[in-house]
Amino acid sequence: MMTDLAPSAPALTQQPPDQPVLAVSGLITTLKAGRRSVRLVDDVSFSLRAGEILGLVGESGSGKSLLLLSVLGLLSPPVAIEAGSVRLKGRELVGLAERELRSLRGAEISMVFQEPLTSLDPAFTVGHQLAEAVRAHRDCSNNEARELSVMMLERVGIGSPAARYKAYPHELSGGMRQRVMIAMALLLSPSVLLADEPVTALDVTTQAQILDLVLGLQAEMRMGVVLVSHDLGVVLDIADRVAVMYAGQIVEVAPALELAAAPRHPYTRGLLASKLSLLDTTSKVEVMPGHIPSLADIGAGCRFAPRCPRALERCSLEPPELEPDGAERTLRCFNPLGQQT
Amino acid sequence: MTGETLLAVEGLSKHFVVGHTGALRTPRRLSAVQDVSFSLGRGEVLGVVGESGSGKSTLARLIAQLVKPSAGRVVFDGIDLSDVDRRHAQVALRRLQFVFQDPHSSLDPRMRVGAIVAEGMHHGGLSRAGRVERVAELLELVGLQPRIARNYPHELSGGERQRVGIARALASDPLLLIADEPVSALDASIQGQVLNLLSELQETRQLSMIFITHELPVARFMADRLAVMHLGRFVEVGAADEVFLSPAHPYTQALMAANPTYGRQRGTRPTLRGEAPSPIDPPVACRFAGRCPRRLDRCGHEEPLLERFAGGHEVACFNFEVESETELEKWAHSLLGS
Repeated sequence: MMTDLAPSAPALTQQPPDQPVLAVSGLITTLKAGRRSVRLVDDVSFSLRAGEILGLVGESGSGKSLLLLSVLGLLSPPVAIEAGSVRLKGRELVGLAERELRSLRGAEISMVFQEPLTSLDPAFTVGHQLAEAVRAHRDCSNNEARELSVMMLERVGIGSPAARYKAYPHELSGGMRQRVMIAMALLLSPSVLLADEPVTALDVTTQAQILDLVLGLQAEMRMGVVLVSHDLGVVLDIADRVAVMYAGQIVEVAPALELAAAPRHPYTRGLLASKLSLLDTTSKVEVMPGHIPSLADIGAGCRFAPRCPRALERCSLEPPELEPDGAERTLRCFNPLGQQT
Repeated sequence: MTGETLLAVEGLSKHFVVGHTGALRTPRRLSAVQDVSFSLGRGEVLGVVGESGSGKSTLARLIAQLVKPSAGRVVFDGIDLSDVDRRHAQVALRRLQFVFQDPHSSLDPRMRVGAIVAEGMHHGGLSRAGRVERVAELLELVGLQPRIARNYPHELSGGERQRVGIARALASDPLLLIADEPVSALDASIQGQVLNLLSELQETRQLSMIFITHELPVARFMADRLAVMHLGRFVEVGAADEVFLSPAHPYTQALMAANPTYGRQRGTRPTLRGEAPSPIDPPVACRFAGRCPRRLDRCGHEEPLLERFAGGHEVACFNFEVESETELEKWAHSLLGS
């Protein structure tokens, strides 16, 4: 029987080991309204290696979800990619025809969304939706699609998978639905998984189960994962590297432990400091003053400058660029913390 | 902790009928809150933590008499709130105020901020000019510019809206503030600002507070005492530091372990297996038994009640063991050691 779970593995080994599975560079996504246009994602560059988890952290409105949608080519007017490149295993996705994009989505690159209830169709059984996803990409019989789906349900930890295959989404709990979504995203062993707040809507004890599940499967399948979260704690807990976004831009990328121990961007430091931990017995939370700027009226300088305790005169006059900061890090700041050796 | 009791909750329960079953049309009951008792001193903050569906919000609504209890009573500032004489209860209830989770839906979009805040005030004895002045005072108290009184809620940011919600709650000079997930909908950098505000107000005005949250670090920051709620029941109650440093109930221990603590070794996170049971027609048994790593035979047919085992520390478990050194401390020690 055809239950091979890693049909894309040969393709993966064909490429040189150092080449990233996903490389985004200079990506700009804009919203056009009449003569005005607003950059929602502005000059974003990052790369993802096979088997790596890249955490993407930012507050609401920082552009992190839109960045994922841009990567997948799921934008619709008036929002569109204005410039930049997205390469999936060396292949350029920007400008690719919708038909070709569709054949890649789900098979080579897939996505898990925050709310598992709204991303499943309530009118069809879980099994129907899974099998359909298989058959959209693969030439196989109903039986084979069914068998692969049941097996995947089992792998994501769903008890009596054959019975759950026939269940409707409303018959499952939130944690169970999110497992189904993960099963669906991983059915065809994609090289890249984009996970947008995959556990935010779940309870903490369920969150831990789901994160462990993703971690286990990710390591097994050598997938590259971009994990988007507003929760720095979750990201630092499981990501290899972390990219911090602020107001549409990436401001710092660094290995997770280094970022936690020695943040270089003042915004990263502010986020870390304002995060309460169970070990804290403080009577005051350290906070950043002010609020996130509206993307419609961004000044000439650094977007964080108005809230930054380390702002120089220069910071409000010209925008810093995202530049390499040592071998493993990148940074967008004129006056960073600490000294990188 | 303060000695004088402000709020006493005795045997509070709430069942919702969610349909009928069988030929006899026996009602199916969702047990949202089951036999909860506690007291709260003046100036004391009780943190209530639990996952969604644990009954935290229903408990808050029962205390404020927004939902009628199935059993039990609430005595607030010496007055039984379920009293037949509603007028007494109504007057007392003015000194009990709510701060809600979602600052978008809890403020009337058609009212200006000034009117929203003034709505919470006792109108007796204040002239129009006096009211305007009092609104300005309240807005300044929560760190807002008085001129914001002329704005509508949609013109404000999430953090500002939550501050307006707090100003409205303070307008009637409350003795007790029930805050139901007041910072969960806010961004990380704004959460801290609102927590600092609540903590300052609590201290300077000696407010009593019931602080409901699913975020343990937030509970630790705010609370003097902590109650852990699981499927309608308090399963552990104690001084906040004690519950955090030496959790006794296996569920509390699992909650702590699930909390992301960065820097921890991958794969060392102990997780619960299985799903929480349905709160509809729960069997007489420990409601955590199905997921419990320390389960005994007894747990399947008998329900443990909250019992005191050390100082003010109570736990509802037949087979509890206090964690002498929690995951957290091990982690802290490993950091200090390196």
